[in-house]
Amino acid sequence: MEKMKVVGLSGDQIAAYAAKQCRVDVVSAYPITPQTIIVEEYSNYVANGEVDTEFICVESEHSAMSACIGASLTGARVFTATSSQGLALMHEMLYIASGLRCPIVMCVVNRALSAPINIHCDHSDMMGSRDCGWIQVFAENAQEVYDWVIQAFKIAEDREVLLPMAVNLDGFTISHALEDIRVLEDGAVDEFLPEREAVYRLDPDNPILVGPLVLPDYYFEFKVQQEEAMRKAAEKIGEVTREYYEYSSRKYAPIDPFNVEGANTALIAMGSTAGMLRTVARQLEREGKRVAVIKLWLYRPFPGDELIKLVEDMESLIVLDRTLSFGAPVGPLCSDVIAALYNAGRCDIRVANAVYGLGGRDLTPAEVEELSMKALKMAETKMVDKRMEFIGVRE
Amino acid sequence: MSRDELPGWRSIAIGSVIPEPATARKYRTGDWRVFRPVIDLDKCIGCLLCWIYCPDASIQQSDRKVKVDYDYCKGCGICAEECPVKAIAMVEEA
Amino acid sequence: MVTLRELPVEELFGPGHRLCAGCGPAISMRMLTKAFRGPTVVTNATGCVEVASSIYPFNAWGVPWVHTAFENAAATASGIEAGFKALRRKGKLERNVDVIAIGGDGGTFDIGIQALSGALERGHDFVYLCYDNEAYMNTGIQRSGATPHGAATTTSPAGSKIPGKPEWKKDLIGICIAHGIDYAATASIAYWNDYVTKVRKAIEVDGPAVVHVLAPCPLGWRSEPKDTIKIAKLAVQTRFFPIYEYDKGTYRLSIKVPNPKPVEEFLKLQGRFRHLFQPEFADEIRKIQDYVDRNYERIAKLSGEP
Repeated sequence: MEKMKVVGLSGDQIAAYAAKQCRVDVVSAYPITPQTIIVEEYSNYVANGEVDTEFICVESEHSAMSACIGASLTGARVFTATSSQGLALMHEMLYIASGLRCPIVMCVVNRALSAPINIHCDHSDMMGSRDCGWIQVFAENAQEVYDWVIQAFKIAEDREVLLPMAVNLDGFTISHALEDIRVLEDGAVDEFLPEREAVYRLDPDNPILVGPLVLPDYYFEFKVQQEEAMRKAAEKIGEVTREYYEYSSRKYAPIDPFNVEGANTALIAMGSTAGMLRTVARQLEREGKRVAVIKLWLYRPFPGDELIKLVEDMESLIVLDRTLSFGAPVGPLCSDVIAALYNAGRCDIRVANAVYGLGGRDLTPAEVEELSMKALKMAETKMVDKRMEFIGVRE
Repeated sequence: MSRDELPGWRSIAIGSVIPEPATARKYRTGDWRVFRPVIDLDKCIGCLLCWIYCPDASIQQSDRKVKVDYDYCKGCGICAEECPVKAIAMVEEA
Repeated sequence: MVTLRELPVEELFGPGHRLCAGCGPAISMRMLTKAFRGPTVVTNATGCVEVASSIYPFNAWGVPWVHTAFENAAATASGIEAGFKALRRKGKLERNVDVIAIGGDGGTFDIGIQALSGALERGHDFVYLCYDNEAYMNTGIQRSGATPHGAATTTSPAGSKIPGKPEWKKDLIGICIAHGIDYAATASIAYWNDYVTKVRKAIEVDGPAVVHVLAPCPLGWRSEPKDTIKIAKLAVQTRFFPIYEYDKGTYRLSIKVPNPKPVEEFLKLQGRFRHLFQPEFADEIRKIQDYVDRNYERIAKLSGEP
């Protein structure tokens, strides 16, 4: 395609590349493995004059997000990235970014949380902040990181949305692996993503107050506004992904389904794991066993209606959570899936939860095959013998 | 105002922004006052110390030197205390 | 130096705010805004001033104002400054905008010191204004790193064994100067001209500048609201709070106190020091006097005073 070229970059590098093409005004970030390459890459752009960006090398992630918020309130386009402990340190400010309706875009390079300290992938960092009011998508590979970052600015900055957006990418698996990535020409990005036009900004000619003390008489109203913005985001994601298709010929949606037609069971997951799930599903297909793979791109707002449409003819589901919600009945993604089924009156669909991959633990094709067989058996027997299990853990 | 009379979420600016400056002027703090400052303009030398030291911007400069804005004055008495010619008396509110 | 008539009449920190009667920080805010030189944006850490000036939907400010959190006024200011800089460079903003970050002593000396340090080190062009009322007053008078030795707060109470806060006040300005910034100063609301002049100077500095203003709190200092300025003045006249500035390597004692009053004159108007006047704690006042003398002499020496 004429608007396209191919670059060989890692997930982290392409995140920085995408931000560069989005003509970001301010980047404020702090290094943390496995996100560091993003800030290093962006620093190079700044040092070589390839971008016209104010790059703030802050002294912590808390300050990174604080500075992002300050910059966003001036009307600037703002990008940042973090991971794990860094996201945890930002936690307070994540809520403030969404509460003040700052359309910041952030790459979260998913990594396990301490203790014990571990630098490898799982989703406990983002899941620890899942209620922070950010739009959240999970990419499966570096190509998706690129595409989502560019789309994220357009979704987040929409006047009817104005929410920050996190683009999640699995630590090391995506962040450090080199891929051939098809990128748009700069001009195409310029056309797809116009300059940001802020609704409210810090303008000495029109002095506004941002971040007041709001008491019980108004607080609830502002939270409902945020919830409404999430609903709008769901609509805008549809519009933006359709428009992006025109530029990229790559089709995004809240959910990426595989082998759904005619399947009576599915595995549901997010992030880089989905590719392996499909590989195993293809093998099983050859053996005459059909298992669908449903990858959620969008986690917040949760695409419950779209999910129900995909699984309405199914008998069973296994939801893969790459985090543990200690003491909860099931992992967070599974909990959301069950809620969506319940809301749709589909309690007849059997659901089991598989917690996997914590701290970078491999999920093997054999384990996925075993899970698939369990899913098929659940569909057949209409029974769930183990609601939640840990995959690949030594007793 | 009862809870149900306040504007709903659809009609207030997003993100808890207060879209205009100085709306606190609608909030009169004068009723906090127990003692009111009364200025004897014959004694007043117009030095403006009461004006600069007022925490509540309740002393205003005027043609006749200074005047008190009782809508906001909380009656702290700093103006009377700091007046170099003792032109301000603190008088108990009725 | 200016005269009161030359200060702007327009109130940018206006009436209707809900700070206490006789509030020192309120006075410090009004004076601060009178030093603004043009388009200005303020970011305010959580604290008394923030809370009482922004109770929705009542806005006490006449300039754009932002509060995000407690520990990050300097970081938020960094972002605001960078945002304006980027927009100006790209031709999306014409004018220069001054950025002021405000924090109380808790938000500056304690929880916000890291963000302040980072912002000073990075050299953002902004002014950090610390209004120091020497404790966490917004949450009900808890000790901070700025609370003076001997003061009773709810977390450093005057007990029968420990007479108020055992530790001494942190040297904020010393810490700031150590970052290699061009301008830092202390000020008092009792000396409006010195204070307003310093704020303007700080704004005019190209890069970060810090102004630390002592602002008595009648609630937490357990003093008469009418005495706020009197006490602020005594803090200077007893040498309890030396007023000085650091300007590109040179220290200057802005208010010389050749014949200081005994520190008791300052302490005795405040309930937070009342327990020190019991005979068993008489030595504490002597210790405070020693500290005050040494601290003033240290600054006088830095300023090249005899």
